[in-house]
Amino acid sequence: MKAPASLTLTILVLVFAFLYIPISVLVGLSFNAGGMPTAWTGFSLKWYGSLFQNQDILRAAWNTLIVALVSTFFATLLGTLLAIGVEIRRRRGRMIETLIFAPMVIPDIVLAIALLSFFSLTDFRLGLHTVILSHVVFNLAFVCAVVRARLRVFDWSVAEASADLGASMLVTLWRVMLPVLAPAIIAGALLAFTLSVDEFIIAFFTAGSSRASITLPMQIYSMIRFGITPEINVLAVLVMVFSLVTLTLAQRFNRGSLTGP
Amino acid sequence: MQDRKSLFLMTPALAWLTAFMVVPCLLILTLAFFRRGVYGGIEYTFTLENLRLVIDPLYAWIFLKSAWIAGLAALIASVIGYAAAFAIAALPRRNQPLVLFFAILPFWSNYLVRTYAWIVLLNREGLIVGLARGLGYEGELPAMLYTETAVVIGLVYNYLPFVILACYAPLSRLNPEIAEASSDLGASGWTTFRRVILPMSFTGLATGFVFVFVLSIGNFVTPALLGGGQFQMVGNLVYAQFLTANDWPFGAAISMVLIAVMMLFLTLQTFVAERGSGGGLR
Repeated sequence: MKAPASLTLTILVLVFAFLYIPISVLVGLSFNAGGMPTAWTGFSLKWYGSLFQNQDILRAAWNTLIVALVSTFFATLLGTLLAIGVEIRRRRGRMIETLIFAPMVIPDIVLAIALLSFFSLTDFRLGLHTVILSHVVFNLAFVCAVVRARLRVFDWSVAEASADLGASMLVTLWRVMLPVLAPAIIAGALLAFTLSVDEFIIAFFTAGSSRASITLPMQIYSMIRFGITPEINVLAVLVMVFSLVTLTLAQRFNRGSLTGP
Repeated sequence: MQDRKSLFLMTPALAWLTAFMVVPCLLILTLAFFRRGVYGGIEYTFTLENLRLVIDPLYAWIFLKSAWIAGLAALIASVIGYAAAFAIAALPRRNQPLVLFFAILPFWSNYLVRTYAWIVLLNREGLIVGLARGLGYEGELPAMLYTETAVVIGLVYNYLPFVILACYAPLSRLNPEIAEASSDLGASGWTTFRRVILPMSFTGLATGFVFVFVLSIGNFVTPALLGGGQFQMVGNLVYAQFLTANDWPFGAAISMVLIAVMMLFLTLQTFVAERGSGGGLR
C-alpha cells in the first residue's frame, strides 16, 4: 500500500495530538499551585499531598482495591478453567461461545440495571459484595479471552503425553499446562484488575446507596458532577497512571495479546 | 471423555454467567411486561403499556436523538480512525506495533478521566477559550461545554482507539502487490483506494462504526458529564427510571428496545463481516 509519506505523517501527528493533548493538559494542571483548572500559577505538589489526607478518597480507594482484588481472584480462577474447558472440547458450541462473548459486548448500563433488579428482587443486600459478584461476570470473560488466545498456540501433544504417562487431569493441569499458561493468566488477571478498578457504571448501580460502599470511580463521578476541586486533577492523573502501568505490565507478560497481532 | 472433562472445567464459570448475567437479563425482559406498583414497586399483572409508552412521541424522540448523536459520533470516529489505521499500516512494518500500542493506550485509561479532560478543555475558562484569547480573538465565543457538540466530541475521543484497532487489522493484512497491480493497470491513487483498498478493508470500518454506535447510544456518562443534563439520551432515561423515577417496568421496557436496536446493528455487522471475508478477492 503506497500513500505519500507526508500525508500519513500529517494524519498520525493530528490523531496523536487529539488523543494525547487532553490527557497531557490534565497531567500538567495536576501540578498547578493555584489549583484552578485553568490559570497556571506555578508548579506545586501540594494537591498531591492534600489528596492523601482526604478521607473520602482514601476510603473509596480502599473499597476499590478490595473489589478489584477479590473479583480478579475469582475471575482468574473461573476464566482460566473456562478457557481450558472450551479449548479441549472438540465441538464448538455456538451457545457457549455466545455466553462467553456476551459479557464483553453487553452494554454496561444494561448489565447494570439487570443486576440491580436481580439483586433487589432476590433480596440481596447491596454493598461491596454485590459489586464483586457483578465484576466477576465481565472479568472472567476477559481472562478467558486472553488465556484462550494463548491456548490456540499451545502444543496439545505435551498434555497428551502427560496423560499417556499416567498423570490425572488435575496433575496435567497443574504441572504441565499451568506453567505454560502462566504468562497469559497473569496478563489476564492484570487486565481484569484494571478493568475492575476503572469500572464505574455497574459499580454505581450495584453498590447501593450507602456511602460506605463508594468506589473510586464513583467518587470521581460525584466529584466531577458536584463541585470540581483541585484534587480531582490529581486523582484523575493517579488513576490513569495506575491503569497504564498495570496494562503495560500485562502487555509485557503476554506480548501482543491485548492489542491484537 | 474429553467432553466430560471439558464440561467439568467450564461449569463454575458458566454457572456464574448464568446466575449473574443470563437470569438478570431475562428478568429485565419479563419486568417490561408488568405494571408499575402505586408506590414504585412492581405489580405482577401482564401489560403492554410500557412498550407502548416507549413509542410515545415524547420518548421515541429521545431514541431518535440518541441514534442521531451516536450515528454522528460513529461516523466521525470511523473517518478519523480509518485514516489513522491507514497511516499506521503505511509505516515500516517493524514500527507498526509500537505506534499501534500508543494509539490504543488512551483507551485503557479511565473513561471518566478521559471525559473529565474535555470538561477542562471546553469549559468557559478552559484551554480552548484561553487559546483563542491568546491568539487575540476578542469576540463572543459560543458555549462549548454542555452542548451536543461536546457530547459528540467526548464519544469520538473515548471510542476512537477502538476504531483504529478494528480498521488496522484488515489494512495490515492487505497485500501491497494488489494495490500495485491496480496502479500498474492504470488506476489513479484515488481510484485504487476507492475500488481496491476500501472494499478490502470495509469489514474493519463496519466493525468500528457499529461498535462506536452501539456503545454510544446506550451511554449515560458522557451525556451526563459533557451534556450537563441539557438533554437526555436513552441511557440517561434508563438511569432515571431505575434510580430516580422508580418506574422499573418502564425502565426495563426502554432497555429492551435499546437492546433490540443494538442487536440489530451487531447482527448487521456480523453479516457484513461474513460477506466481507469471502468477497474481498472477487
